[in-house]
Amino acid sequence: MSKEVKLFIGPNHPGMHGNSSVHLYVEGDTVVKARLVPGFLHRGFEKLMERRLWFQNLALIPRICVPEPDINEMVYAMVVESLTGIELPERAQWIRMIILELARISSHLMSLGGVGGSTGLYTMNYWTMSDRDRILDIFEKITGARVYHMYIIPGGVRKSLPERIENDILDVLDYIESRMPEYENLLLKNKVIRTRTKGIAKLTEKEALEMGVTGVGLRATGLPYDIRKIDPYARYDKVEFTVPTATEGDAYARFTLKYLELQQSIKIIRQCIELMPKEGPANVRFSDGSALRFKVPAGSMYCHVESSRGEYGYYVVSDGSEKPYRIHVRGASYPQGLYGVEKKLPGTRLEDVALWLNSMDFCPPEIDR
Amino acid sequence: MSVYETYKKSFWGPTIAWKRLFTKPVTIKIPKVYREAAERYRGFHINDLELCSGCSTCSKICPTDAIKMVPVDTEVEVGKKAQRPAIDYGRCSFCAMCVDICTTGSLKMTREYIHVSDDPNTFFFIPDETGIHQQEIHQGYQRDEDSELLDLERVEMTEIPAEERINSFIEYVKGYSKEQAISEAARCVDCELCVDACPANMDIPRYIESVFNNDTAKGVDWIYKTNPLPGVCGRVCTHKCETVCSIGHRGEAVAIRWLKRYIMDQESEEDIIRHARENIVKKGTGKIAIVGAGPSGLAAAYYLSLMGYDVTIFEAKNLPGGVMRYGIPRYRLPDEALDKDINVIKALGVKIKCNTSVGKDITLNELKEKHDAVFIGTGFTLGRSSEIQGSDHKDVLLALPLLEKIRNYLRNPEESRKPPVPDSLLVIGGGNVAMDVARSIVRLQRLEGKEANVKITSLESMEELPADLEEIVEGREEGIQFFPSRGPKEVVIENGKVKGLKTVACTRVFDEKGQFNPIFDESNVMLIDGEMIVEAIGQAPDYAYLPDELKNKLEFIKGRLIVNEKGQTSIEWLFAGGDIVSGPDIIHGVADGHKAAVGIDEFLNREEE
Repeated sequence: MSKEVKLFIGPNHPGMHGNSSVHLYVEGDTVVKARLVPGFLHRGFEKLMERRLWFQNLALIPRICVPEPDINEMVYAMVVESLTGIELPERAQWIRMIILELARISSHLMSLGGVGGSTGLYTMNYWTMSDRDRILDIFEKITGARVYHMYIIPGGVRKSLPERIENDILDVLDYIESRMPEYENLLLKNKVIRTRTKGIAKLTEKEALEMGVTGVGLRATGLPYDIRKIDPYARYDKVEFTVPTATEGDAYARFTLKYLELQQSIKIIRQCIELMPKEGPANVRFSDGSALRFKVPAGSMYCHVESSRGEYGYYVVSDGSEKPYRIHVRGASYPQGLYGVEKKLPGTRLEDVALWLNSMDFCPPEIDR
Repeated sequence: MSVYETYKKSFWGPTIAWKRLFTKPVTIKIPKVYREAAERYRGFHINDLELCSGCSTCSKICPTDAIKMVPVDTEVEVGKKAQRPAIDYGRCSFCAMCVDICTTGSLKMTREYIHVSDDPNTFFFIPDETGIHQQEIHQGYQRDEDSELLDLERVEMTEIPAEERINSFIEYVKGYSKEQAISEAARCVDCELCVDACPANMDIPRYIESVFNNDTAKGVDWIYKTNPLPGVCGRVCTHKCETVCSIGHRGEAVAIRWLKRYIMDQESEEDIIRHARENIVKKGTGKIAIVGAGPSGLAAAYYLSLMGYDVTIFEAKNLPGGVMRYGIPRYRLPDEALDKDINVIKALGVKIKCNTSVGKDITLNELKEKHDAVFIGTGFTLGRSSEIQGSDHKDVLLALPLLEKIRNYLRNPEESRKPPVPDSLLVIGGGNVAMDVARSIVRLQRLEGKEANVKITSLESMEELPADLEEIVEGREEGIQFFPSRGPKEVVIENGKVKGLKTVACTRVFDEKGQFNPIFDESNVMLIDGEMIVEAIGQAPDYAYLPDELKNKLEFIKGRLIVNEKGQTSIEWLFAGGDIVSGPDIIHGVADGHKAAVGIDEFLNREEE
């Protein structure tokens, strides 16, 4: 007779991404019930933003997603820009794309490295994390910080690019490209990983759409849903890239797509550096006065971008004052992190739980905002 | 194609990892290896404590409340506060908004990555030039034009262009529109440096905020707490607030004066009167006489009547206002603006007896007998003369009587005597009064159909001129010629007519101690022509109304009355303020009047006990 046991996978579990926890009810090795228990990270981001000035929020929003903070800045800036109706300087648009794609690479590298926690392949983790640091070096040079950049601001970017940074970026891209075959050998061609991830954490297109899963999770089921193509922002309509898809919808397919997206991002950044105007202002003011009294006209607006985990959006209501009236964040990993955990984990084996969290890109602060 | 076919299974593939055994590790050994951060790295703070004004703007923008202003033991300079920012690195998010908004540009960041200490107190400190580790600094993040968070450019005031405005005495400053005023108010960072600099300590950030929130009625409330002559001050105040404005460190100061005027222009006289009446606190009973309906007298009357006193102002001239009515030209301060302010004061029950000269029509002692306290704010009414040779000629005039004549003439051209309008005028003096005379005469010349021909000569060099910069700039636009650094020697008279002024070069006006002590170069002589000369080299008080027995009890320094901090003279029932106490300045007069009103209230209440 089997007995149901309650298991706790929390922040200290190597397979858990960030400060969140899943309560598992298991019978033997099979999950019977799974409950997401957030709260370790709850800072009340959305509520806090109502009490901060439009500009002050720039220090808070990157924290809604730690590995890829720039999408927050981007989508917040896009909302404010559409509410105020300002025209961005051309150069700023391209700089933003460089930043966003660098962030996507760093986020995918971190996510691919996460395979260490879920399968034990820690070599991948060490490699991707050290390679990601090269991108953080670039961020440090451009924005002044490694993780929380606070660089994309409403109206453009905070500072212009430092001199000769393009060469540094290209060097890093070359380096990462030179590493790609190694990742491929270590991860995608790895017999153990293939066996371990094939058909695991499977999701069908119907289920994905029902839950609202986007990003790699949805694309792995065959639907080429990518905001950069569907509703291009910045200058994504001016660059050439493809949206890789797969039909299997399992963990291996998702790893493969992340790997393929690295290549696409590298391609985009190279085009940006080539097409970007060499001169021009970094930003324009979105409001009169000092930052203490920036105002945004009354109205409401939803803007979305493609994050490394899917559609990421902010719905913002402004009452025309110095602070937002209400901000709602559509965290990209909310569907797979909440519904996915509760719907899809029951019936799977205990060791596959971490694979779901890792391959679906589970980002607690987005859920626990 | 299935993803499983894209990448073929490989046995040897993962073994590629082994080759990394023989490569150099990418990790570095800190602290053995020093790693320099990027040029823009947002590390720990450094602050130039000398440059920092303690304006607390950094602490206001700080999203995490990591910056606390702590009092420091420094000498308080004008435009600075004795406080400096202290950073709590337990809260700091290293966003560098404090650096981007720093009004003086003193706050910057270093390139240090790490601070390790077992003492938690080291994580809260007042940054100086050496930063958190008191060692040589590699400067990191700094503000630049792109990351600037202040708005350094003032919203331009619409003015009538010079060539047009010299043809009339119409007020040439148009005032802000609502949109302009709100954008200008948005520039304020609420640092309150201006409050300390204003003689009346007006709640400037509060009324600017009310403009920003489009609530001018509230602005009126804030203004009237400290200044009952805002329509006047909103036009002609010497705006010491703008001189210290923290935005002025790197840009143009907030147009505080114009914003005050904007508030007053928005509100109707009836609304302001209603506001004023709402603020009456009935408590005092007593009769108070005020001598002189100038800024200080009117301010004292306003606050005394708010406290329920029965106030009577005795004014020698036929209209109240003093220097505001008879000194400042109409193109800067129209009568309507002044009347609006005075009507509010009158509406509180203040009686103004014009054409009643204390000392002639009624003596000070009589006032004392009929009233519980007396406030004197008689101002500087006498012009000073250089008393050089020829200055007794009839075409050598004093500034104040001439300005009075011009204003009377403009107010009532039929009944007043026309002021003299020479073909060419020379004004001696470099202050605002000299500018007023010069610019008034330019307008009169134009009205007469003559060519503008006015010259100004002063001891001070162009940089030292005591007149407001905008007066000088605008005067120049209006065609006034300047002859700075010249000392007047003699009025040259030919055939009984003034021909010009003989001047010598003035090499120094003030000595090292800052005392007035001019040095002349007698060999450098120049004749500046002009068929009329106006001396605008200063004003003096007229104490003729003070009976000798009172005068002997009072104390004076250089013609100014000595009063205590409540405006009380050495005679306990006699209070004084305005020019005769603080020198010629409207806002000082307002401040003195307010102070004396409080002083009189305290004096009368103490007496009753």
